[in-house]
Amino acid sequence: MHSHLVTLLVFSALVSTVFATLLRDTTRERLRFGLLAFAAFVASTLVIGWLTNPFPI
Amino acid sequence: MSESRAASAARDSSRTVAAGLLAWVWPGLGHLFLGRRGKGLVLMGSILALFGLGVAMDSRLQLHLGLEDPLALLFSLAQMGVGAPYVLARLLGYEAGLVTSPVYEYGNTFTAVGGLLNILVILDALDTARGVRGK
Repeated sequence: MHSHLVTLLVFSALVSTVFATLLRDTTRERLRFGLLAFAAFVASTLVIGWLTNPFPI
Repeated sequence: MSESRAASAARDSSRTVAAGLLAWVWPGLGHLFLGRRGKGLVLMGSILALFGLGVAMDSRLQLHLGLEDPLALLFSLAQMGVGAPYVLARLLGYEAGLVTSPVYEYGNTFTAVGGLLNILVILDALDTARGVRGK
């Protein structure tokens, strides 16, 4: 798995699944929370990556 | 407290301890022990996938218990949170990792986060065994 984007998507999906399973009680709530957490992980990573792009490492 | 109540309390207490230990030994096993089959299987699959992918991405499974490098100690403890899979991976020879690999840091993140998430799973199993959480 050498693609940064695929790594991000897989990591976000697995962590969101665990959080949704632990923090919500019904299937519907879990699905909703999991999708929101997944979107938040991916969006925040892309935004932070874009904002920090001009800075040298 | 009557004798039957004391016996019941002791049984509940040993059930809680067993659930916590099983949850640490193998991710999701505590929930399966408590009869939460679906939840246990989802947690098991997700955490084992995180840890397994981390190992596949050349993560170092370090055993660093000294205090001279606190961050390395915390990293080790995080990875150990996953339980038996950590021991198994080390026994199979994956402990060194490959620092020159382009995905080495991703692998480290996957294994450490897998262990940390399993600590949350252990706490949830303990709460479930004590009746604090319902489903």
